[in-house]
Amino acid sequence: MSKFKKKKGGELPAISTASLPDIVFMLLFFFMVATVMRDNTLMVTNTLPAADQIKKLDKKDRVIYIYAGKPSARYQDKYGDQPRIQLNDKFSVVSDVGAYVLAERATKREELQNVLTTALKVDGETNMGLISDIKQELRKVNALKINYTTRIGDYTQNYR
Amino acid sequence: MARKSPEVNAGSMADIAFLLLIFFLVTTTIETDSGINRKLPPMDELIDPPIIKERNIFKVVVNKNNDILVEEKLMNLRDVRAAAVKFLDNGGGIGEEACDYCKGEKDPSSSDNPDKAIISLKNDRETDYKVYISVQNELVAAYNQLRNREFMVLYPNERKTYVEADKFYSDPRTSPKVKALLKPKLAVLKKMYPQKLSEAEPSKTKN
Repeated sequence: MSKFKKKKGGELPAISTASLPDIVFMLLFFFMVATVMRDNTLMVTNTLPAADQIKKLDKKDRVIYIYAGKPSARYQDKYGDQPRIQLNDKFSVVSDVGAYVLAERATKREELQNVLTTALKVDGETNMGLISDIKQELRKVNALKINYTTRIGDYTQNYR
Repeated sequence: MARKSPEVNAGSMADIAFLLLIFFLVTTTIETDSGINRKLPPMDELIDPPIIKERNIFKVVVNKNNDILVEEKLMNLRDVRAAAVKFLDNGGGIGEEACDYCKGEKDPSSSDNPDKAIISLKNDRETDYKVYISVQNELVAAYNQLRNREFMVLYPNERKTYVEADKFYSDPRTSPKVKALLKPKLAVLKKMYPQKLSEAEPSKTKN
C-alpha cells in the first residue's frame, strides 16, 4: 500500500516564469493598439448631443476637428462662461476658423484635400448662433462637407 | 519514493501569447466618431433661384424658446418624423410629376413627389444646439424610414434595410465585388427619396 502514500513535506516545484515576458509583451501590444492618441486637450465642456441616424466619420486623416462649448471650469475665470470655439489647443474667435481650416487643409496630402470633412464637436448647450457663424466661415473657405459629431443614442436623451 | 513533479513545458507559451495577441489585434476596433453628415450650400448665391411651389416646401422652424414649429404650427418633437414622412411620401403630383411608389394621401396641397419635396429647417440664433440636432435627427430618420421601406420592396433578397445596406457598403470589410453590386441599388434609393434638406440661415432674435 505504500505505493499510494502521499509524500509529505515535499517542497512545491517552482512555477516557471519563462512565459512572463510573453504575457507582458502581449499586454503591451494590446494597449499599444487599443490606445487612441488624443491630439487635442479639450478646453471646453463637450457633452455631445445624442442622435441615432448617424454615419461613421471618415478616416482620421480626412477630418478637421472644430470644438465648441463653454470653457471648462478651470478656464472660466479667464475666458468667461460663454461658449467659445477651440481650434487645436487654444480658444479662438469665429474669424479664425477660415484660416484654421485652410492651414489644416494645407497639411493634408494633396489627394485628400478635396475630400476633407469638418467635424463639429459642439456641446449640446451651445446656441445655434455660434454654429451658424462657424458654418458661414466654412462656406467662405469652401469647406462644405461637415459632420455634426454626436453620441449614439435616442433624441430623448437630449432633454434631460 | 520521492518523485519530483515534472516541470511544465513552457515552450508553447509564446505561441499561446501570440495567438491571443493576434486575436485582440483583429477584433479591436479603434473607436471612431460618428455623427450626422451634412453638405453646406456653396457661398456664391444663385443669380435666379429656382421657383419652388409653396406646397413642395416643408417648413420646420426651431425658435429661440426651442419650440418646434412645423408649417407654422407648434409640434412635439416625437411627431416630427411622422409629419415629415407624410409630407415626403405624399405624391400629390399628376401626369409627369406623379409618383408611382408613394403611399401617401395624394393631397394636392402637399408635395408633388419626393424629388420636388424640400424640407427647410430654420433656426434662431438662440436655439439650443441639442434641440437642433434632435430635429435634424428626426428629419433624417424620416428619409431613412422611406428608403428602408422601398429598399425592402425593391430588393427583398438583400434581407436588409436601406440603412443596414448602407452601413454594410461603407464597412471596409465588405469585399469590392459585393460593394459594386450594392452601389447601384443604393443609388436607386437615393434617387427615389433624395435628401433635400435645406438649412436656412438663422433669423435674428428681435427684442
